[in-house]
Amino acid sequence: MTRIADTFARLRAEGGKAFVAYIMGGDSDLETSLEIMRGLPGAGVDVIELGIPFTDPMADGPTIQLAGQRALEAGQTLEKTLGMVREFRKDNATTPIVLMGYYNPIYSRGVDRFLDDAKSAGVDGLIVVDLPPEEDSELCLPALAKGIDFIRLATPTTDDARLPRVLQNTSGFVYYVSITGITGAAAAAAGDVAPDVARIKAATDLPVIVGFGIRTPEAAAEIAGVADGAVVGSAIVSEIAAGKPVSEVLSFVESLARGAHSAG
Amino acid sequence: MPDDKLNTFTAGPDENGRFGNFGGRFVSETLMPLILELEKQYNHAKTDQSFWDEMEFLWKHYVGRPSPLYFAERLTERLGGAKVYFKRDELNHTGAHKINNVLGQIILARRMGKTRIIAETGAGQHGVATATVCAKFGLKCVVYMGAHDVERQKPNVFRMKLLGAEVVPVTSGRGTLKDAMNDALRDWVTNVRDTFYCIGTVAGPHPYPAMVRDFQSIIGKETKEQMLEAEGRLPDTVIAAIGGGSNAMGLFFPFLDDPEVRIIGVEAGGKGVNDKMEHCASLTGGRPGVLHGNRTYLLQDEDGQILEGFSISAGLDYPGIGPEHSWLHETGRAQYVSITDAEALEAFQLSCETEGIIPALEPSHALAHVAKIAGDLPKDHIICMNMCGRGDKDIFTVAKALGWEMD
Repeated sequence: MTRIADTFARLRAEGGKAFVAYIMGGDSDLETSLEIMRGLPGAGVDVIELGIPFTDPMADGPTIQLAGQRALEAGQTLEKTLGMVREFRKDNATTPIVLMGYYNPIYSRGVDRFLDDAKSAGVDGLIVVDLPPEEDSELCLPALAKGIDFIRLATPTTDDARLPRVLQNTSGFVYYVSITGITGAAAAAAGDVAPDVARIKAATDLPVIVGFGIRTPEAAAEIAGVADGAVVGSAIVSEIAAGKPVSEVLSFVESLARGAHSAG
Repeated sequence: MPDDKLNTFTAGPDENGRFGNFGGRFVSETLMPLILELEKQYNHAKTDQSFWDEMEFLWKHYVGRPSPLYFAERLTERLGGAKVYFKRDELNHTGAHKINNVLGQIILARRMGKTRIIAETGAGQHGVATATVCAKFGLKCVVYMGAHDVERQKPNVFRMKLLGAEVVPVTSGRGTLKDAMNDALRDWVTNVRDTFYCIGTVAGPHPYPAMVRDFQSIIGKETKEQMLEAEGRLPDTVIAAIGGGSNAMGLFFPFLDDPEVRIIGVEAGGKGVNDKMEHCASLTGGRPGVLHGNRTYLLQDEDGQILEGFSISAGLDYPGIGPEHSWLHETGRAQYVSITDAEALEAFQLSCETEGIIPALEPSHALAHVAKIAGDLPKDHIICMNMCGRGDKDIFTVAKALGWEMD
């Protein structure tokens, strides 16, 4: 079993929902970012999404864009982001880590080299925004062959005819993007999301996690209530952007995690 | 040498939108159904005679096509070698080749029932063309333009506003053309139901590179006919400037399978193609990567982060290039060179002095390369260069570069 499968099996056994937290690797600098990352499991985070900064994040709103810029200005590279995972794994062998970003930094490093490095660093899954199923031969299939999950985004524009194609090579979990829009935009209401989640769950046994636009513990609870869990990114990144001390960022994360877990 | 395993250069892209290894559909899932639908609608339209009838009517009566093929006699004498022709796409309505493509996309958008058009623009020529056609058809138009370009291209910003478009200054990233394209994509991902994204060049996810090329190919088709009429044969060399590469693809495409025609694309060399990246020469100074929905040559650092280009010409200031150009480069069918700002400025003045044509800074790059090679070619060698835009928009930039005081 992989760390991701283990985590969801545990949650299922406990009847609990997953809380997934996103931070940008190297934001606002490498040291701060690593300290926050190390604190996430203790704050109740079940799966960590670690962002790979990119100059041109075309699916992200201003909050994540600026986080990427801060990280790049502080000297973050893909090598350093992989280094964060290696450091994290020195004292955490169980919390799944999913790298999230865009294809070019990975392509630039070379797909095989990247996958080998990611695997040995302790990466469990990948979310690469600009690789739809039509481009599966690029990274998805090689990643699956190396035992790294490839987590796909499903969106409100993914209709029933297309859904099987989106689910085909997806593993780990399905990330349902609750709105048509960019990260950090207005939230969707749980009532609107529920039918889409049900539609996806009818087509796959994988857990379905919902993200985009969730900013408060209450929203995390509502959304997790109609899915297998909730993702929060921009709201956490905003706290980091505001220069809050690590302890405050983590207590905010803890409140979100409690919200999501309360839905169990 | 051209790859002799290929028996045609005009069959691409394949069903996955690839030109060799370039192109593709590297977009988020939200957009994927939209570009598949666009591809379906475009494939339908392009075999529908009524679509082309409408295009041809508007090309003729609204744009002013065919644009003339003009023998630049005094320039030819001055250069003392090859015979130089200009394809006069600067005479089109709105002053550049951009409107050829915009008309096609907006007619398609209307057929698809879309009511809101978005576009990105650098120098403002594509934005003006889009705003123009939207005004003509009564469509809502939103143009994303880098904040820096809004500042340096004020006349075009005013034109777009006069034409009823909303101009959104883009401050994300570094506030340049590539960031304008990012923000246009973000808009599209948010407004998927009513919005059509009118891309201005032969880049972006499939089917854009092929579709924009098809609409711009009117340039090369006309050139071929006009050259046969004027000279009784094809040109020996065709030359065009390249930012994203739409005017060049439009001129080149109908000549790709004429092996006797030499094809040269001219990139913006800025201050010189060096490792300081003060240029926009993606093919001569970049390497393959993935940005804005396609794989192509890009200016990037060793970590795969995209770099800003530099050029005196805002219309060439893009860190990528259309994927079909990357493929033509690698197969050897077309040759790509670069021209510096200083060389382009010289050519700008040469065209003014010898032909009474004030060229845009973009074709000034192509002209600079013509000036470089024409003198060494025999007098019966025919060069055709695409004069893809007029220079009115650039007079302030040129005045500043030449040290003239203008209020």
